[in-house]
Amino acid sequence: MNCLWCEEERSRHIGWKNFLNLMNPYELCDSCVSNLIFLYETPSRCTKCSRESEEKICFDCIRWEKQMQDDPLLFNYSIFPYNLFMQEIIAKWKYRGDYVLGELFRPYIRAAFSKKFGKKKKELIAVPIPLSEKRMDERGFNQAEMLAHFLPLETKTAFIRIDSEKQSKRNRRERITAKNPFSLIEKINTPVLLVDDIYTTGTTLRHAAGRLKEHGCPSVYALTLIRG
Amino acid sequence: MIQEKLKRDLAELASTLDGKLLRLEELPIDRKLTRFLLSRNLLKTKPALTKSFLRTRCMRCGNETPRKFAEIPCQKCNKAHFYCRNCMDMGRLMECDVLYYWNGPSAVWSKQKNPCSWEGTLTRAQEKAALRIKEAITNREKEILTWAVCGAGKTEMLFPGISKALEEGMRICLATPRADVVRELKPRLEKAFRHIPIQALYGGSKDKHKQAQLIIATTHQLLRYEKAFDVMIIDEVDAFPFHADPALPFAQKRSAKRNCTTIYLTATPREDLKAEIRRGKLTHVFVPVRYHGHPLPVPKLKMWHSLNKELPKLQSSNPLLYWLLNRQNPKRQLLVFVPTVERAGQLKTPLTNLMLKHKLIHHPNQLGSVHASDPDRERKVVSFREKTLKVILTTTILERGVTFPSVDVAILDAGHDVFDEAALVQIAGRAGRNSNDPTGEVLFFHDGKTEAMLAAIYAIKQMNKRGGF
Repeated sequence: MNCLWCEEERSRHIGWKNFLNLMNPYELCDSCVSNLIFLYETPSRCTKCSRESEEKICFDCIRWEKQMQDDPLLFNYSIFPYNLFMQEIIAKWKYRGDYVLGELFRPYIRAAFSKKFGKKKKELIAVPIPLSEKRMDERGFNQAEMLAHFLPLETKTAFIRIDSEKQSKRNRRERITAKNPFSLIEKINTPVLLVDDIYTTGTTLRHAAGRLKEHGCPSVYALTLIRG
Repeated sequence: MIQEKLKRDLAELASTLDGKLLRLEELPIDRKLTRFLLSRNLLKTKPALTKSFLRTRCMRCGNETPRKFAEIPCQKCNKAHFYCRNCMDMGRLMECDVLYYWNGPSAVWSKQKNPCSWEGTLTRAQEKAALRIKEAITNREKEILTWAVCGAGKTEMLFPGISKALEEGMRICLATPRADVVRELKPRLEKAFRHIPIQALYGGSKDKHKQAQLIIATTHQLLRYEKAFDVMIIDEVDAFPFHADPALPFAQKRSAKRNCTTIYLTATPREDLKAEIRRGKLTHVFVPVRYHGHPLPVPKLKMWHSLNKELPKLQSSNPLLYWLLNRQNPKRQLLVFVPTVERAGQLKTPLTNLMLKHKLIHHPNQLGSVHASDPDRERKVVSFREKTLKVILTTTILERGVTFPSVDVAILDAGHDVFDEAALVQIAGRAGRNSNDPTGEVLFFHDGKTEAMLAAIYAIKQMNKRGGF
C-alpha cells in the first residue's frame, strides 16, 4: 500500500504487528506521520480554545468573554496547529477537492473525541458547520460533514448558511463584526458538538453556537481539526 | 453580411478552441455561447472518466492505476463517484463531469513570411542537425531524435525548422519538463521570432487564454490539448517527470495531430531510445561537439573513504578541501551537487566555515544552497548567475537546463542512487559551456565506484570520440 499523501510505498517490512494496518488504503507513511505536529505535544494550551498558550485561558478567549456577556461556546478542542504541512494537506483536500485525503484524519478525530468527549458520548449530537450553497457547488463536498461522520455520534444538519465571502479571505476585524450567516432549520434540545475543520478566530463557531442557544440548546462544544 | 460575420467569428472561435480539451470552467467563452455551440454540434463533450468492467480510465491524463482513483459522494447525482487523483492539479474530474472539445471547422493558422529574426550563425555541426530537422518537418516524418551533447546549442538548431513550420502555417509546440526552462526559453524565442505571437504555458502562467501558433509549455500543460499540433518538440525526453510519469507521454501523443512531426531532444538518451536507434526504428541526428568546438570535460573520480561518516562534519583535512585548494582556475564559480535535501542542509554551515577558514570565500553570503521546494530558488540561481554567490550547494534540480558561463563541478557522494548515468552526464555537462572558458573541472567524490559513474565517463569519452577529439 502507498502513502495517501506522498504516494511512496508505506513500509517494506510486513509483520504480524502491522499487516492489518498496511491493508488500510487511507494511511500515511512513517515519514509523513513524523511531519504531523500535535497540539497535545505542546507544554500548555488554552483550556478554552486549545491553542498553545502559557495562560490557562488565552488572550483571545478573554477578549471573547469581554465582548459577549455569555459566551455560547463552552470550549473548543483542536488536534493540530496550523503549520505548512497541514496547510498543504488542507489546500489539496478542501480547495482542490481531493476528497479521500480527509480519510487520513479519521483516526485522529476519533481518538480526540474519545479522549475529550467520550464521557458525554450518549447525549451529544454532532452538528457539522454547513457550507453556503455556492461553495458547496464549487467543492462538491462539505469537509466539516466528512469529519463529523467519523464520530460515533448521530449527525444532524441544523442550519443553512447564507454568506457571501470566504472566511479565509477576511481579516480578524471583518470576521468578528460580520453578520451571523446561519439560520436554524431544526431545533436541538440536547447538548451539541459542533464540528469544523479550522478554528481561526472562533467567529463562525460562536455564530453557530449562538443560534443553537437562542433556540433552547442547553450546551454547545466544538471539535475542530486545526487551531489556526 | 451576417454570414460573413458568422464565418469570421467561427474562425476566431476555432483558433481559440480547436485542439483543446477543457473542463466547463476552463472554457474561455461564456455559458450562453457554450450552450449555443453545443446545440449546433460545434462543441462536443465526452465523459471525463470511462468505466468498463474492470478498469476506470481518466480521459484527461490516461490514468488507469486503481489506487489513483478515489470515491467522492456527488451532490448533484446523489451517489458516490470516482474521481481521478492523478491530474487533480488541473481541476478535479468526476465520473459525471465532461470534457469539451471543438467540433467545428479546424483552425487555420497564417502562413508567416520570413518569421525568423535571428541573426546569429550556426556552427557546421549545428547546421547539419538543423537542416535534418527542417527536412523532417518538410517531409512530415513521424519522429526524429536529436541527440546533442550538453552545450551544443539545441535551441538555436531548432530555429530553421520552426521557421519552416511557421511558413507552412503549422502549429508548433515546444514542450519541456520544467517551468524554469519555459520561462527561460520564452524571451529567447520571442527575440528569434519577433513578429510571431508566442504563448508560454506552465502552472500559474498568465497567458493561458491567448491563442498562439507557437506554444512553449511544460509537458503537464499538454493534458489540456487533443489533436492540436503539427510539430511537436519534446525537450529533454529523458528528464525525470517525462520518463517516470506515464501521463506525460500519453498527453504528448494525444496532443499531436495525426500527421504530426515529433522532434525529441536529449543529451543523454535512455536505454529504450538507444535500443530503438540500434534497431533502426528511430531516426536520429547526432551532434557530438559543443557550439564552441571544444570537447566535453571528462569527470575525474576521487576516492573518499568513509565519506558518509566525514561529510556531515567536514573536518579540516579531506579530499574535497585538497581539491578546492588546488583548482586549475580558482576564479571559476563552484557548483556542488549533493544527493538529498537533508545533505544540503547539513553541509551548508560546515562547508561555509571551511571555505571561510581557507579564504576561498570572503563572506558567508557567498555560499548558497537550493533544492526543489526552496521558495527562493529562482532568486538564488539568478544571484549565482550574477556572481554574487560564488558557491552553490544544490540537489539534482540544477542538473539540466541551466547554463552558467564558468564553473567547476563537484559531486559529493556520487555513488548515491539519485545519480544515475543520465544525471551524471548532465551534471558534468554544466562545466565549460562558455567559449571564453571552454574547459572546467568535474569531480566525482565517492566511496566506491558505481556502474553509473563508469557508464557516464564512458559515454562522455565516446561522445568526444565521435566529435573527433
